[in-house]
Amino acid sequence: MASIDSSQNPPFIFADYKSSLLRGPMQSPIDIVELYSRNSETKIGELLGSLSSRFAIGELDHDLTRNVCNEGEPLGERMIVSGRVLNQLGKPVPGVLIEVWQANASGRYVHKADQHEAPIDPNFIGVGRCISDRDGQYRFCTIKPGAYPWKNHPNAWRPQHIHFSLLGEAINSRLVTQMYFPGDPLLSLDPIFMAVPASARERLVSTFDLSISEAGFALGYHFDIVIAGGLSTPSEDDGGHG
Amino acid sequence: MASKFTRGLTPSQTVGPFFTTALTASGNNTFVSPVDNEVSGVGQKINLHGRVLDGNGDPISDALIEIWQADSQGNLTSSDFLGFARSDTSSNSESSYFFTTIKPGAVNKSDAPHISVIVTMRGLLTHVYTRLYFSDELEANQQDSVLNHVPENRRATLIARRAENKLVPSYHFDIHMQGENETVFFGGL
Repeated sequence: MASIDSSQNPPFIFADYKSSLLRGPMQSPIDIVELYSRNSETKIGELLGSLSSRFAIGELDHDLTRNVCNEGEPLGERMIVSGRVLNQLGKPVPGVLIEVWQANASGRYVHKADQHEAPIDPNFIGVGRCISDRDGQYRFCTIKPGAYPWKNHPNAWRPQHIHFSLLGEAINSRLVTQMYFPGDPLLSLDPIFMAVPASARERLVSTFDLSISEAGFALGYHFDIVIAGGLSTPSEDDGGHG
Repeated sequence: MASKFTRGLTPSQTVGPFFTTALTASGNNTFVSPVDNEVSGVGQKINLHGRVLDGNGDPISDALIEIWQADSQGNLTSSDFLGFARSDTSSNSESSYFFTTIKPGAVNKSDAPHISVIVTMRGLLTHVYTRLYFSDELEANQQDSVLNHVPENRRATLIARRAENKLVPSYHFDIHMQGENETVFFGGL
C-alpha cells in the first residue's frame, strides 16, 4: 500500500517548484497503519477528540473584513467563501478548526517576509478562523485576494488563493491546502497547483455561487473540503465522525 | 480499497512562507492564534526544542512544527487535557522551534512514550508526520513496535536527546528533511 496517496496529493519533490528540491524528503515514508491494524486493541496514538469546545473563537473571527478594523473597511472586492467539511464517505465533519490566511486585494500579506511592493491595508490582516458546525458547514467573509509575484522562476505569479488549515479530531485528518478561483489564467502556470495530479486539481478550485453571495454586498464562492479521518485504516473507516 | 469512498480527498498544498500570522503565536499581536506552543497538564514538565534542516544541512527558518500527544497516563482523549501545540522556526536567530509540555505516558502498554510531530513548510507540498521518542526511555524504546518497524540504522533519527543538568528536563530533536540522517517520516495514516 502506498504511504502517500499519489493519485490525490502532490509529490514531495516537484522539479518545477524550486524550494521542494532541498526540502522534500527523498526516502519513502514508512507505513505504520498495517502495524496497528494487526491488533485492534492497540491504538495508532493520535486522537484529540472534538475541538469545538477547546479553542476560543471570537464572534468576528470568521469575518476578515471586520476582525481587525482600525479606522474603516478594507479595500477590495468583498466575498463570502462557504462550504462543508466532509469525509471520504461524503458525511459532514463537525468540530474542525478551520484557519485561513491570505493576501489583501493588492496581493500583499501582512508578514515581515513579504517584500512585494504593494500597499498594506490598515484594515485587513488577512487572517480568520472558525469551527465547522454540526452539518460540517463553515463560512468566511473576506476580500478577494490579489495575485502576487514570487521568485520561483522568471516573471512567476501566484494565482489568487486563500490558504486553509484544517485540524480535525485525528492526526490523519490534518490538512493544509489552498483554495483557488475559477477561470484564473495563472493556474496552469503555477507549479504549486500543477504539482497536484491532474485528476484531483479541480478539487482545489472554488465555484462561483450566486446563492452564497449577499445581494448588494458581497460575491459568493463555494468550496467543500474533504479530509481523511478516523483511526482505523481507510478501508474500515465507518465515517464515525457523527 | 477506495471503492466505498464517494469523495476524493482535497489535495494538500504548501503552507507557504506567510503562515505565522494565522497559525502560531509568534505571528502577530492583534489576532493571536488560539493554539500556542504549550501543552499543560499533570505530570513531568519538559521542554522540547530543535531545528529543521534542508538537504544542504542549512537550518530552515520558516517551518511549522505541531506536536500531538497523550497525557502523562497515556490517555489520548480526556476532557481536561489538550495534547496539541504549535511552534515555528522563525522566531529566533538559531531557527529553533520550542515547546513546553509534559512527558506523555505510553499509549499502548507494550510501547514507549512518544510525541507525534507534524512538520510542514514552504517547499513541502504535503506535510510530513514523524515521532519523537525519548533518549532516557532506553528499555521502553527497545520494545516499541513502531521503532522496531523502522530499519535499525535509521531509528536514531527519532530519538530526542535529553540535555544534562537542566532544571526542567530538556530534549533536543532536530528534523532532517534530506541527507544521510534524513528523519524517518511515517505514512499510510
